[in-house]
Amino acid sequence: MSLAVARQAMPLPPPVPPEARVQPSPELKLLIRDVDFYYGDFKALKSITLPLHDKRVTAFIGPSGCGKSTLLRVLNRIYQLYPGQRATGEVIVDGENILSPGVDLNLLRAKIGMVFQKPTPFPMSIYDNIAFGIRLYERLPHHELDDRVESALRRAALWDEVKDKLRQSGLGLSGGQQQRLCIARAIAVQPEVLLLDEPASALDPISTQRIEELIAELKGDYCIAIVTHNMQQAARSSDYTAFMYLGELIEFDETELIFTRPKQKHTEDYITGRFG
Amino acid sequence: MSVYARRRAVNAVVMAFTLAATGFGLLWLVLVLGTLLWNGTAALTPALFAQMTPPPGSTGGLLNAIFGSVVMTLIATLIGTPTGILAGTFLAEYSRGSRFGKVVRFINDILLSAPSIIVGLFVYELMVVRMGHFSAWAGAVALAIIVIPVVVRTTEDMLNLVPNALREAASALGSPKWKVIVMVSYRAAIQGMVTGVMLAIARIAGETAPLLFTALNNQFWSTNLNAPMANLPVVIFQFAMSPYADWQVLAWGGALLITITVLFLNIGARALASWSTFKQ
Repeated sequence: MSLAVARQAMPLPPPVPPEARVQPSPELKLLIRDVDFYYGDFKALKSITLPLHDKRVTAFIGPSGCGKSTLLRVLNRIYQLYPGQRATGEVIVDGENILSPGVDLNLLRAKIGMVFQKPTPFPMSIYDNIAFGIRLYERLPHHELDDRVESALRRAALWDEVKDKLRQSGLGLSGGQQQRLCIARAIAVQPEVLLLDEPASALDPISTQRIEELIAELKGDYCIAIVTHNMQQAARSSDYTAFMYLGELIEFDETELIFTRPKQKHTEDYITGRFG
Repeated sequence: MSVYARRRAVNAVVMAFTLAATGFGLLWLVLVLGTLLWNGTAALTPALFAQMTPPPGSTGGLLNAIFGSVVMTLIATLIGTPTGILAGTFLAEYSRGSRFGKVVRFINDILLSAPSIIVGLFVYELMVVRMGHFSAWAGAVALAIIVIPVVVRTTEDMLNLVPNALREAASALGSPKWKVIVMVSYRAAIQGMVTGVMLAIARIAGETAPLLFTALNNQFWSTNLNAPMANLPVVIFQFAMSPYADWQVLAWGGALLITITVLFLNIGARALASWSTFKQ
């Protein structure tokens, strides 16, 4: 049977609904499979398995100490700065297990960016804060570096506030500005995955709102994982939600389902504020 | 007496004691500085900075001793600062929690409190005896041995004050460890580290014992690092103990000079430290 005949024989695909045209079906970016994590002898994560999708936001919720931040720290192997912390299992990114020993950690971290709970501007100028990461892997002529710094700051919605003081210390900015600086710094190196560890928990409500707008805006280009204590934030800004408790993944689903029809009693109790 | 009245009374008594203790300490400092200024100011003439140490009975200055002190302090700082910063960096950034790091830190603390005369004797055995003569090199090495533990300690302490979150943030961008240290940790700790070096210089500026056994002294102008070299502390020691009035005046002048130098180094170090806290 020729190809043309085969095509004709196949039924036509159903018409694409308008929402799906705007949001094509999610592509798997990162797969966490059977991950255990140990702080010394303490087992902090127990056999976690879940996918992260490209161009989607996945929120991790759960009471303090449930292991959500720990899981995030596994994904760029930042935990390895500390002896005595180790992870087993697999984290597959683009077909490669990033937990295997041969992985170049610096390249991995350039690809999987992270923003921390407390703003951590480096003790250098605003410009150099952004340029630091770019200079690690690229030798750019001056004007190109300037462009990259500007576009990173624009994407992080900080450009208008700092464009006249790029040479001043990053430490002089307000908390919310510092955190947006850290986000700008993370996206300046053009990562593929962004890990946000409670990025707004140390900020006032207005700064928090700006960070959330920023996440919505960045979603179009990255695979984003966000840890949050704020239920509304998870509901507002994520596509998928994972509920964790005592080192275990209790439930993982589309955010809408988690918040409207959770399958587990535990999840329901937590999101309705009955415990945690 | 009510509990409250009693508490107030105890407060007043303890406050009086602390004030008295503070005053007692300050009194001696003021007396030392006052005596130095009273006796030393007269010796601060242009000749002090222009002429060599004289034989008794003739006029002269301290130029060769000032030069010797500056040269040996400079060499000691040049040896001690990089060594101390590298070792301090190892302790703070690479040896966390390791047994070897703990041993090094312990030994460094011993070296920090070692009497300087022991350091002098050690270098005497190590260099002077083997070379067969006293020399400025030996003096500089002895002073460097005093600089190193001070710089190691302050470097480690200052790097330990750098929040781990900063290191994590730099690593999370894909920065190799040495770049995290040089570009981020050092930048965050630089004022404290410079302060440590300045305090170390202040410490060796007045050291006498290690130089007595190593650089000894030289009555003449000498720039030969392989020969004995004049230096302020030993000249002060020799001249102050002498029966000659003009030598004693020069000793006062030298003592005032060292004190002023140390004072300014300390003030500089303080200013730098407070500037850094202001900036953060």
